[in-house]
Amino acid sequence: MSPVFDGKFVIALGERDGVAGPAIAACAKAAGSDVVFTATECFV
Amino acid sequence: MGNPVVSHAAQVLAHVPGLARHGSKPSRELPRNAEVLAQFLGSLRSFDEAVAYLPHQAYIGALHPRDLPARPWVGAGPAAGRFTSGGEIMPEEEFLGLLACLDQFGLVTLDYEVAELAAAGLARHPLAKRLNLDRLAAASGDAEAVAAEHGSLPLHVARDRLAAGFRHAHDSDDALAAGVLLENLACKATGTLALLHLIDDHGIDPDSIDYVISCSEEAVGDRYQRGGGNMGKTIAEAAGLGQASGADVKNFCAAPVPALVIAGALVASGVFRNVAVVGGGSLPKLGMKFQGHLKHGLPVLEDVVGGSAALVTTDDGASPVMRLDGVGRHRVQAGSSNPLIMEALGVQPLEELGLSMLDVDDYATELHNPEITEPQGSGNVPERNYKTLAALAARRGDIGREAIPQFMAERGMPGFAPTQGHLASALCYLPHAVRRLTSGDATRVHMIAKGSLFLGRMTQASDGMSVLLERNQGS
Repeated sequence: MSPVFDGKFVIALGERDGVAGPAIAACAKAAGSDVVFTATECFV
Repeated sequence: MGNPVVSHAAQVLAHVPGLARHGSKPSRELPRNAEVLAQFLGSLRSFDEAVAYLPHQAYIGALHPRDLPARPWVGAGPAAGRFTSGGEIMPEEEFLGLLACLDQFGLVTLDYEVAELAAAGLARHPLAKRLNLDRLAAASGDAEAVAAEHGSLPLHVARDRLAAGFRHAHDSDDALAAGVLLENLACKATGTLALLHLIDDHGIDPDSIDYVISCSEEAVGDRYQRGGGNMGKTIAEAAGLGQASGADVKNFCAAPVPALVIAGALVASGVFRNVAVVGGGSLPKLGMKFQGHLKHGLPVLEDVVGGSAALVTTDDGASPVMRLDGVGRHRVQAGSSNPLIMEALGVQPLEELGLSMLDVDDYATELHNPEITEPQGSGNVPERNYKTLAALAARRGDIGREAIPQFMAERGMPGFAPTQGHLASALCYLPHAVRRLTSGDATRVHMIAKGSLFLGRMTQASDGMSVLLERNQGS
Protein backbone atom coordinates (compact mmCIF):
# COMPACT_ATOMS: atom_id res chain seq x y z
CA MET A 1 0.00 0.00 0.00
CA SER A 2 1.30 3.41 -0.90
CA PRO A 3 2.22 5.38 2.22
CA VAL A 4 0.53 8.50 0.83
CA PHE A 5 -1.38 9.02 4.06
CA ASP A 6 1.61 8.52 6.38
CA GLY A 7 1.35 10.94 9.28
CA LYS A 8 -2.01 12.26 8.14
CA PHE A 9 -5.12 12.42 10.26
CA VAL A 10 -8.27 11.21 8.53
CA ILE A 11 -11.96 11.77 9.17
CA ALA A 12 -13.81 8.96 7.38
CA LEU A 13 -17.36 9.88 6.38
CA GLY A 14 -19.28 7.20 4.50
CA GLU A 15 -22.64 7.20 2.76
CA ARG A 16 -25.28 4.53 3.31
CA ASP A 17 -25.83 3.65 -0.35
CA GLY A 18 -22.21 4.02 -1.32
CA VAL A 19 -19.09 3.23 0.70
CA ALA A 20 -19.59 2.85 4.44
CA GLY A 21 -17.45 4.83 6.89
CA PRO A 22 -15.65 1.78 8.34
CA ALA A 23 -14.61 0.69 4.81
CA ILE A 24 -13.08 4.11 4.13
CA ALA A 25 -11.38 4.01 7.53
CA ALA A 26 -9.89 0.59 6.83
CA CYS A 27 -8.41 1.83 3.54
CA ALA A 28 -7.12 5.05 5.07
CA LYS A 29 -5.54 3.16 7.95
CA ALA A 30 -3.88 0.69 5.57
CA ALA A 31 -2.47 3.69 3.70
CA GLY A 32 -0.73 4.83 6.84
CA SER A 33 -3.11 7.42 8.26
CA ASP A 34 -4.42 7.90 11.77
CA VAL A 35 -8.22 7.68 11.52
CA VAL A 36 -9.61 9.98 14.19
CA PHE A 37 -13.33 9.71 13.45
CA THR A 38 -15.50 7.33 11.46
CA ALA A 39 -19.17 7.68 10.70
CA THR A 40 -21.68 6.81 8.00
CA GLU A 41 -24.48 9.21 7.13
CA CYS A 42 -27.80 8.82 5.41
CA PHE A 43 -28.92 11.52 3.00
CA VAL A 44 -32.44 10.31 2.32
CA MET B 1 -50.45 -23.73 10.05
CA GLY B 2 -50.69 -22.43 6.49
CA ASN B 3 -48.88 -19.60 4.84
CA PRO B 4 -49.78 -16.07 5.87
CA VAL B 5 -51.07 -13.74 3.18
CA VAL B 6 -51.14 -9.98 2.71
CA SER B 7 -54.79 -9.41 1.88
CA HIS B 8 -55.05 -5.61 1.66
CA ALA B 9 -52.94 -2.47 1.86
CA ALA B 10 -53.77 1.21 2.18
CA GLN B 11 -51.71 4.32 1.74
CA VAL B 12 -52.33 7.96 2.61
CA LEU B 13 -50.65 11.33 2.40
CA ALA B 14 -51.45 14.43 4.40
CA HIS B 15 -50.53 17.59 2.52
CA VAL B 16 -49.24 19.88 5.25
CA PRO B 17 -47.31 22.81 3.76
CA GLY B 18 -48.08 24.88 6.85
CA LEU B 19 -46.30 22.30 9.02
CA ALA B 20 -43.29 22.05 6.71
CA ARG B 21 -41.49 24.76 8.70
CA HIS B 22 -41.46 22.33 11.65
CA GLY B 23 -39.42 19.78 9.74
CA SER B 24 -35.98 19.38 11.26
CA LYS B 25 -34.09 21.20 8.51
CA PRO B 26 -36.46 24.15 8.03
CA SER B 27 -36.84 24.60 11.80
CA ARG B 28 -33.09 25.15 12.02
CA GLU B 29 -32.54 27.15 8.83
CA LEU B 30 -35.59 29.40 8.45
CA PRO B 31 -35.34 31.38 11.70
CA ARG B 32 -31.81 32.43 10.70
CA ASN B 33 -32.70 34.14 7.45
CA ALA B 34 -35.87 36.12 6.72
CA GLU B 35 -35.15 36.08 2.99
CA VAL B 36 -34.94 32.30 2.91
CA LEU B 37 -38.11 32.07 5.00
CA ALA B 38 -39.96 34.25 2.49
CA GLN B 39 -38.64 32.17 -0.40
CA PHE B 40 -39.63 28.96 1.43
CA LEU B 41 -43.16 30.16 2.12
CA GLY B 42 -43.52 31.38 -1.46
CA SER B 43 -42.49 27.96 -2.79
CA LEU B 44 -45.04 25.85 -0.93
CA ARG B 45 -47.54 23.96 -3.06
CA SER B 46 -51.30 24.34 -3.13
CA PHE B 47 -53.42 21.30 -2.30
CA ASP B 48 -54.49 20.91 -5.93
CA GLU B 49 -50.84 20.93 -7.01
CA ALA B 50 -49.98 18.30 -4.42
CA VAL B 51 -52.90 16.09 -5.48
CA ALA B 52 -52.02 16.41 -9.16
CA TYR B 53 -48.36 15.53 -8.52
CA LEU B 54 -48.08 12.17 -10.25
CA PRO B 55 -45.74 10.48 -7.74
CA HIS B 56 -48.38 11.21 -5.08
CA GLN B 57 -51.00 9.57 -7.27
CA ALA B 58 -48.70 6.56 -7.59
CA TYR B 59 -48.26 6.54 -3.81
CA ILE B 60 -52.00 6.30 -3.17
CA GLY B 61 -52.30 3.61 -5.83
CA ALA B 62 -53.95 5.50 -8.68
CA LEU B 63 -51.23 4.50 -11.14
CA HIS B 64 -48.36 2.04 -11.18
CA PRO B 65 -44.93 3.67 -10.83
CA ARG B 66 -43.79 2.18 -14.14
CA ASP B 67 -46.64 4.10 -15.78
CA LEU B 68 -45.23 7.43 -14.62
CA PRO B 69 -44.19 9.60 -17.59
CA ALA B 70 -40.62 10.79 -18.04
CA ARG B 71 -39.57 13.52 -15.64
CA PRO B 72 -40.05 16.35 -14.80
CA TRP B 73 -43.16 15.47 -12.79
CA VAL B 74 -43.58 18.93 -11.26
CA GLY B 75 -46.39 20.57 -13.18
CA ALA B 76 -46.93 17.50 -15.37
CA GLY B 77 -50.00 16.00 -13.73
CA PRO B 78 -53.56 16.75 -14.83
CA ALA B 79 -56.16 17.55 -12.16
CA ALA B 80 -56.68 14.41 -10.12
CA GLY B 81 -58.85 13.02 -7.36
CA ARG B 82 -57.76 12.90 -3.74
CA PHE B 83 -59.27 9.45 -3.02
CA THR B 84 -58.50 5.96 -4.29
CA SER B 85 -59.88 2.65 -3.12
CA GLY B 86 -57.42 2.28 -0.28
CA GLY B 87 -55.98 5.73 0.15
CA GLU B 88 -56.22 9.47 -0.05
CA ILE B 89 -54.41 12.78 0.05
CA MET B 90 -55.77 14.87 2.93
CA PRO B 91 -55.67 18.69 2.92
CA GLU B 92 -54.03 20.52 5.81
CA GLU B 93 -57.15 21.95 7.47
CA GLU B 94 -58.64 18.47 7.72
CA PHE B 95 -55.37 17.10 8.98
CA LEU B 96 -55.20 19.68 11.76
CA GLY B 97 -58.74 18.63 12.60
CA LEU B 98 -57.65 15.00 12.64
CA LEU B 99 -54.81 15.91 15.02
CA ALA B 100 -57.36 17.54 17.32
CA CYS B 101 -59.70 14.54 17.09
CA LEU B 102 -56.91 12.19 18.13
CA ASP B 103 -55.42 14.42 20.85
CA GLN B 104 -56.35 13.16 24.33
CA PHE B 105 -54.26 15.68 26.29
CA GLY B 106 -55.35 19.15 25.19
CA LEU B 107 -52.19 19.68 23.14
CA VAL B 108 -53.95 21.18 20.10
CA THR B 109 -55.97 24.41 20.20
CA LEU B 110 -57.51 25.19 16.82
CA ASP B 111 -58.36 28.70 15.72
CA TYR B 112 -62.19 29.00 15.69
CA GLU B 113 -62.42 29.46 11.94
CA VAL B 114 -59.99 26.62 11.21
CA ALA B 115 -61.93 24.37 13.58
CA GLU B 116 -65.10 25.13 11.63
CA LEU B 117 -63.38 24.46 8.30
CA ALA B 118 -61.94 21.21 9.62
CA ALA B 119 -65.27 20.14 11.08
CA ALA B 120 -67.04 20.79 7.78
CA GLY B 121 -64.38 18.92 5.81
CA LEU B 122 -64.21 15.94 8.13
CA ALA B 123 -68.01 15.72 8.41
CA ARG B 124 -68.08 15.11 4.63
CA HIS B 125 -65.19 12.66 4.81
CA PRO B 126 -65.91 9.00 4.00
CA LEU B 127 -64.36 8.03 7.36
CA ALA B 128 -66.36 10.60 9.37
CA LYS B 129 -68.34 7.90 11.16
CA ARG B 130 -65.11 6.50 12.58
CA LEU B 131 -63.89 9.84 13.97
CA ASN B 132 -64.92 11.59 17.16
CA LEU B 133 -65.73 14.95 15.62
CA ASP B 134 -67.12 16.26 18.91
CA ARG B 135 -63.54 16.81 19.97
CA LEU B 136 -63.13 19.54 17.35
CA ALA B 137 -65.43 21.93 19.14
CA ALA B 138 -63.67 21.20 22.42
CA ALA B 139 -60.30 21.86 20.78
CA SER B 140 -61.21 25.26 19.35
CA GLY B 141 -60.12 28.39 21.16
CA ASP B 142 -57.72 31.31 21.16
CA ALA B 143 -54.99 29.71 19.09
CA GLU B 144 -52.88 32.87 19.08
CA ALA B 145 -52.81 33.02 22.87
CA VAL B 146 -51.95 29.32 23.15
CA ALA B 147 -49.24 29.63 20.52
CA ALA B 148 -47.69 32.47 22.53
CA GLU B 149 -47.49 30.41 25.74
CA HIS B 150 -44.09 29.29 26.97
CA GLY B 151 -43.15 26.02 25.25
CA SER B 152 -45.92 26.16 22.63
CA LEU B 153 -45.59 26.01 18.85
CA PRO B 154 -47.66 27.96 16.32
CA LEU B 155 -49.14 25.82 13.53
CA HIS B 156 -50.06 27.35 10.19
CA VAL B 157 -52.19 26.78 7.12
CA ALA B 158 -52.28 28.56 3.77
CA ARG B 159 -48.51 29.07 3.97
CA ASP B 160 -48.42 31.58 6.82
CA ARG B 161 -51.80 31.89 8.49
CA LEU B 162 -51.86 30.96 12.17
CA ALA B 163 -54.21 28.01 12.56
CA ALA B 164 -53.46 26.43 15.91
CA GLY B 165 -51.38 26.52 19.04
CA PHE B 166 -49.68 23.32 20.12
CA ARG B 167 -48.76 23.02 23.80
CA HIS B 168 -45.94 21.12 25.41
CA ALA B 169 -46.83 18.61 28.11
CA HIS B 170 -44.13 19.31 30.69
CA ASP B 171 -42.00 22.29 31.71
CA SER B 172 -38.72 20.45 31.96
CA ASP B 173 -39.04 17.19 30.02
CA ASP B 174 -37.52 17.47 26.55
CA ALA B 175 -39.23 14.23 25.53
CA LEU B 176 -42.59 15.96 26.04
CA ALA B 177 -41.68 19.22 24.28
CA ALA B 178 -44.22 20.58 21.82
CA GLY B 179 -42.05 19.74 18.79
CA VAL B 180 -41.64 16.11 19.88
CA LEU B 181 -45.32 15.71 20.67
CA LEU B 182 -46.28 17.26 17.32
CA GLU B 183 -44.08 14.68 15.56
CA ASN B 184 -45.67 11.88 17.54
CA LEU B 185 -49.25 13.06 17.09
CA ALA B 186 -48.67 13.53 13.34
CA CYS B 187 -47.34 9.96 13.22
CA LYS B 188 -50.37 8.69 15.16
CA ALA B 189 -52.76 10.60 12.88
CA THR B 190 -51.28 9.42 9.57
CA GLY B 191 -50.99 5.83 10.81
CA THR B 192 -54.58 5.95 12.05
CA LEU B 193 -55.81 7.43 8.77
CA ALA B 194 -54.12 4.64 6.82
CA LEU B 195 -55.51 1.95 9.14
CA LEU B 196 -59.02 3.43 8.91
CA HIS B 197 -58.81 3.34 5.09
CA LEU B 198 -57.59 -0.25 5.29
CA ILE B 199 -60.60 -1.44 7.27
CA ASP B 200 -63.23 0.89 5.83
CA ASP B 201 -62.32 0.73 2.15
CA HIS B 202 -62.04 -3.06 2.21
CA GLY B 203 -64.93 -3.92 4.51
CA ILE B 204 -62.77 -5.38 7.27
CA ASP B 205 -64.42 -5.80 10.68
CA PRO B 206 -62.35 -3.71 13.14
CA ASP B 207 -62.99 -6.27 15.86
CA SER B 208 -61.44 -9.01 13.71
CA ILE B 209 -57.95 -7.55 14.06
CA ASP B 210 -56.00 -9.10 16.92
CA TYR B 211 -52.78 -7.15 16.87
CA VAL B 212 -51.28 -3.98 15.36
CA ILE B 213 -47.55 -3.68 14.74
CA SER B 214 -46.24 -0.18 14.12
CA CYS B 215 -43.06 0.22 12.09
CA SER B 216 -43.03 4.02 12.43
CA GLU B 217 -39.92 6.08 13.14
CA GLU B 218 -41.13 8.28 15.99
CA ALA B 219 -39.96 8.08 19.61
CA VAL B 220 -42.88 8.14 22.04
CA GLY B 221 -42.11 8.35 25.74
CA ASP B 222 -41.10 10.65 28.56
CA ARG B 223 -37.60 11.44 29.80
CA TYR B 224 -37.31 8.15 31.66
CA GLN B 225 -38.17 5.99 28.64
CA ARG B 226 -37.66 8.10 25.56
CA GLY B 227 -38.70 6.00 22.57
CA GLY B 228 -40.56 3.50 24.75
CA GLY B 229 -43.59 3.36 22.43
CA ASN B 230 -46.25 1.96 21.92
CA MET B 231 -47.56 3.48 18.69
CA GLY B 232 -49.07 0.16 17.55
CA LYS B 233 -51.62 0.00 20.33
CA THR B 234 -52.08 3.78 20.24
CA ILE B 235 -53.17 3.56 16.59
CA ALA B 236 -55.27 0.45 17.25
CA GLU B 237 -57.24 2.38 19.89
CA ALA B 238 -57.54 5.48 17.69
CA ALA B 239 -58.92 3.39 14.83
CA GLY B 240 -61.49 1.71 17.06
CA LEU B 241 -59.95 -1.76 17.00
CA GLY B 242 -61.43 -2.78 20.32
CA GLN B 243 -60.15 -6.36 20.34
CA ALA B 244 -56.59 -5.56 19.29
CA SER B 245 -53.43 -4.94 21.19
CA GLY B 246 -50.16 -3.93 19.62
CA ALA B 247 -46.46 -3.14 19.81
CA ASP B 248 -43.72 -1.49 17.78
CA VAL B 249 -40.91 -2.81 15.61
CA LYS B 250 -37.98 -0.42 15.39
CA ASN B 251 -35.30 -0.69 12.75
CA PHE B 252 -34.94 2.73 11.13
CA CYS B 253 -36.08 2.64 7.49
CA ALA B 254 -35.88 -1.16 7.41
CA ALA B 255 -38.61 -1.63 10.05
CA PRO B 256 -41.54 -2.32 7.67
CA VAL B 257 -40.12 -5.61 6.40
CA PRO B 258 -39.33 -7.13 9.82
CA ALA B 259 -42.76 -5.87 10.93
CA LEU B 260 -44.39 -7.72 8.03
CA VAL B 261 -42.33 -10.86 8.69
CA ILE B 262 -43.16 -10.84 12.41
CA ALA B 263 -46.82 -10.32 11.54
CA GLY B 264 -46.61 -13.26 9.14
CA ALA B 265 -44.91 -15.41 11.75
CA LEU B 266 -47.59 -14.59 14.34
CA VAL B 267 -50.29 -15.61 11.86
CA ALA B 268 -48.47 -18.71 10.61
CA SER B 269 -47.85 -19.92 14.17
CA GLY B 270 -51.49 -19.47 15.10
CA VAL B 271 -50.77 -16.92 17.81
CA PHE B 272 -53.03 -14.41 16.05
CA ARG B 273 -55.33 -14.66 13.05
CA ASN B 274 -55.29 -11.07 11.77
CA VAL B 275 -52.35 -8.69 12.28
CA ALA B 276 -52.22 -5.15 10.90
CA VAL B 277 -48.87 -3.52 10.13
CA VAL B 278 -48.98 0.28 10.21
CA GLY B 279 -46.49 3.04 9.55
CA GLY B 280 -47.20 6.63 10.49
CA GLY B 281 -45.41 9.53 8.88
CA SER B 282 -42.20 11.37 9.77
CA LEU B 283 -42.81 15.06 10.35
CA PRO B 284 -39.09 15.84 10.95
CA LYS B 285 -38.40 14.94 7.30
CA LEU B 286 -40.63 17.72 5.96
CA GLY B 287 -38.57 20.17 3.97
CA MET B 288 -35.42 18.09 4.52
CA LYS B 289 -34.05 19.00 1.07
CA PHE B 290 -35.76 22.35 0.63
CA GLN B 291 -32.51 24.19 -0.06
CA GLY B 292 -31.91 22.10 -3.17
CA HIS B 293 -35.47 22.61 -4.33
CA LEU B 294 -35.29 26.40 -3.93
CA LYS B 295 -31.90 26.47 -5.64
CA HIS B 296 -33.37 24.72 -8.68
CA GLY B 297 -36.58 26.75 -8.80
CA LEU B 298 -38.70 23.85 -7.62
CA PRO B 299 -41.50 23.98 -5.07
CA VAL B 300 -40.81 22.61 -1.61
CA LEU B 301 -41.53 18.99 -2.52
CA GLU B 302 -41.35 17.52 0.97
CA ASP B 303 -44.69 18.92 2.13
CA VAL B 304 -46.49 15.64 2.81
CA VAL B 305 -46.44 13.16 5.67
CA GLY B 306 -47.34 9.62 4.70
CA GLY B 307 -49.08 6.70 6.27
CA SER B 308 -49.34 3.04 5.39
CA ALA B 309 -51.29 0.03 6.62
CA ALA B 310 -51.55 -3.60 5.57
CA LEU B 311 -53.40 -6.65 6.79
CA VAL B 312 -51.57 -9.95 7.26
CA THR B 313 -53.96 -12.83 7.70
CA THR B 314 -54.50 -16.56 7.22
CA ASP B 315 -54.44 -18.06 3.75
CA ASP B 316 -57.64 -17.12 1.92
CA GLY B 317 -56.67 -18.91 -1.27
CA ALA B 318 -56.42 -15.68 -3.25
CA SER B 319 -54.22 -13.05 -1.60
CA PRO B 320 -50.44 -12.90 -2.09
CA VAL B 321 -48.59 -15.41 0.05
CA MET B 322 -45.78 -14.24 2.30
CA ARG B 323 -42.98 -16.79 1.87
CA LEU B 324 -41.58 -17.13 5.37
CA ASP B 325 -39.00 -19.49 3.87
CA GLY B 326 -37.97 -16.61 1.59
CA VAL B 327 -36.81 -14.11 4.18
CA GLY B 328 -33.40 -12.50 3.73
CA ARG B 329 -31.52 -10.92 6.58
CA HIS B 330 -28.36 -8.88 6.78
CA ARG B 331 -26.14 -10.84 9.11
CA VAL B 332 -23.69 -9.12 11.47
CA GLN B 333 -20.73 -10.65 9.67
CA ALA B 334 -22.01 -9.88 6.16
CA GLY B 335 -20.23 -6.53 5.80
CA SER B 336 -21.76 -3.18 5.12
CA SER B 337 -21.06 -2.42 1.47
CA ASN B 338 -24.13 -1.91 -0.67
CA PRO B 339 -23.44 -4.89 -3.00
CA LEU B 340 -22.94 -7.23 -0.02
CA ILE B 341 -26.17 -6.04 1.58
CA MET B 342 -28.07 -6.44 -1.68
CA GLU B 343 -26.63 -9.92 -2.17
CA ALA B 344 -27.73 -10.92 1.32
CA LEU B 345 -31.20 -9.49 0.88
CA GLY B 346 -31.93 -9.75 -2.82
CA VAL B 347 -30.08 -12.86 -4.00
CA GLN B 348 -29.44 -15.37 -1.21
CA PRO B 349 -33.11 -15.93 -0.28
CA LEU B 350 -33.90 -16.69 -3.92
CA GLU B 351 -30.97 -19.09 -4.20
CA GLU B 352 -32.13 -20.92 -1.09
CA LEU B 353 -35.53 -21.42 -2.76
CA GLY B 354 -33.94 -22.54 -6.04
CA LEU B 355 -35.12 -19.41 -7.85
CA SER B 356 -33.24 -17.17 -10.24
CA MET B 357 -33.41 -13.39 -10.14
CA LEU B 358 -35.61 -13.57 -13.24
CA ASP B 359 -38.25 -15.44 -11.25
CA VAL B 360 -39.07 -12.14 -9.51
CA ASP B 361 -41.27 -9.76 -11.49
CA ASP B 362 -40.94 -6.67 -9.30
CA TYR B 363 -38.18 -5.66 -6.91
CA ALA B 364 -39.48 -3.18 -4.34
CA THR B 365 -36.50 -1.53 -2.72
CA GLU B 366 -36.08 2.01 -1.42
CA LEU B 367 -38.35 3.95 -3.69
CA HIS B 368 -37.54 7.55 -2.83
CA ASN B 369 -38.66 10.01 -5.47
CA PRO B 370 -35.50 11.18 -7.31
CA GLU B 371 -37.12 14.49 -8.18
CA ILE B 372 -36.90 15.21 -4.45
CA THR B 373 -33.44 13.81 -3.76
CA GLU B 374 -31.39 14.78 -6.82
CA PRO B 375 -31.64 18.59 -6.49
CA GLN B 376 -29.93 18.34 -3.10
CA GLY B 377 -27.18 16.04 -4.41
CA SER B 378 -28.49 12.84 -2.86
CA GLY B 379 -28.74 11.02 -6.16
CA ASN B 380 -31.28 8.54 -7.44
CA VAL B 381 -31.60 5.94 -4.67
CA PRO B 382 -33.81 3.38 -6.41
CA GLU B 383 -31.76 3.56 -9.59
CA ARG B 384 -28.60 2.79 -7.61
CA ASN B 385 -30.30 -0.17 -5.97
CA TYR B 386 -31.56 -1.52 -9.30
CA LYS B 387 -28.12 -1.16 -10.86
CA THR B 388 -26.70 -3.22 -8.03
CA LEU B 389 -29.42 -5.87 -8.32
CA ALA B 390 -29.00 -6.04 -12.09
CA ALA B 391 -25.22 -6.36 -11.72
CA LEU B 392 -25.74 -9.21 -9.28
CA ALA B 393 -28.09 -10.88 -11.76
CA ALA B 394 -25.41 -10.52 -14.46
CA ARG B 395 -22.73 -11.93 -12.15
CA ARG B 396 -24.96 -14.94 -11.41
CA GLY B 397 -25.43 -15.46 -15.13
CA ASP B 398 -29.19 -14.87 -14.97
CA ILE B 399 -28.77 -12.14 -17.58
CA GLY B 400 -26.03 -10.92 -19.90
CA ARG B 401 -24.33 -7.61 -19.18
CA GLU B 402 -26.13 -6.08 -22.13
CA ALA B 403 -29.48 -6.88 -20.49
CA ILE B 404 -28.78 -4.80 -17.37
CA PRO B 405 -30.85 -1.77 -18.57
CA GLN B 406 -33.72 -4.07 -19.53
CA PHE B 407 -33.63 -5.79 -16.12
CA MET B 408 -33.72 -2.40 -14.40
CA ALA B 409 -36.61 -1.11 -16.53
CA GLU B 410 -38.76 -4.23 -16.38
CA ARG B 411 -38.19 -5.39 -12.81
CA GLY B 412 -37.38 -2.08 -11.21
CA MET B 413 -39.35 1.13 -11.22
CA PRO B 414 -38.92 4.87 -10.75
CA GLY B 415 -38.92 6.11 -7.18
CA PHE B 416 -42.27 7.64 -6.35
CA ALA B 417 -42.37 7.91 -2.56
CA PRO B 418 -41.84 11.06 -0.55
CA THR B 419 -38.67 10.99 1.55
CA GLN B 420 -40.49 9.50 4.51
CA GLY B 421 -37.78 6.94 5.32
CA HIS B 422 -39.49 3.71 6.32
CA LEU B 423 -42.55 4.38 4.15
CA ALA B 424 -40.36 4.71 1.06
CA SER B 425 -38.59 1.43 1.89
CA ALA B 426 -40.54 -1.23 0.00
CA LEU B 427 -43.67 -0.67 2.11
CA CYS B 428 -44.97 1.97 -0.29
CA TYR B 429 -45.15 -0.68 -3.01
CA LEU B 430 -47.43 -3.00 -1.06
CA PRO B 431 -50.76 -1.82 -2.57
CA HIS B 432 -49.26 -2.26 -6.03
CA ALA B 433 -47.80 -5.64 -5.06
CA VAL B 434 -51.17 -6.91 -3.83
CA ARG B 435 -52.80 -5.75 -7.07
CA ARG B 436 -50.08 -7.15 -9.33
CA LEU B 437 -50.13 -10.52 -7.54
CA THR B 438 -53.91 -10.89 -7.67
CA SER B 439 -55.56 -9.15 -10.62
CA GLY B 440 -52.26 -8.38 -12.39
CA ASP B 441 -49.79 -10.63 -14.14
CA ALA B 442 -46.97 -10.83 -11.62
CA THR B 443 -45.94 -14.03 -9.88
CA ARG B 444 -43.41 -12.77 -7.34
CA VAL B 445 -42.53 -9.45 -5.71
CA HIS B 446 -39.40 -9.08 -3.62
CA MET B 447 -39.68 -6.54 -0.79
CA ILE B 448 -36.24 -5.26 0.25
CA ALA B 449 -35.56 -2.67 2.96
CA LYS B 450 -32.39 -1.28 4.52
CA GLY B 451 -31.89 0.65 7.73
CA SER B 452 -29.19 3.13 8.76
CA LEU B 453 -28.50 1.93 12.30
CA PHE B 454 -25.28 3.95 12.42
CA LEU B 455 -27.23 7.20 12.62
CA GLY B 456 -27.98 6.52 16.29
CA ARG B 457 -24.25 6.31 17.13
CA MET B 458 -24.57 2.97 18.89
CA THR B 459 -23.05 0.89 16.10
CA GLN B 460 -21.32 1.38 12.76
CA ALA B 461 -23.53 -1.36 11.32
CA SER B 462 -26.49 -1.08 9.00
CA ASP B 463 -29.28 -3.59 8.68
CA GLY B 464 -31.81 -4.87 6.21
CA MET B 465 -34.40 -7.52 5.60
CA SER B 466 -36.29 -8.86 2.63
CA VAL B 467 -39.35 -11.00 2.11
CA LEU B 468 -40.79 -12.64 -0.97
CA LEU B 469 -44.46 -12.27 -1.84
CA GLU B 470 -45.92 -14.79 -4.25
CA ARG B 471 -49.14 -15.25 -6.21
CA ASN B 472 -51.47 -17.55 -4.32
CA GLN B 473 -51.64 -20.94 -5.99
CA GLY B 474 -55.22 -21.23 -4.83
CA SER B 475 -56.14 -18.41 -7.18
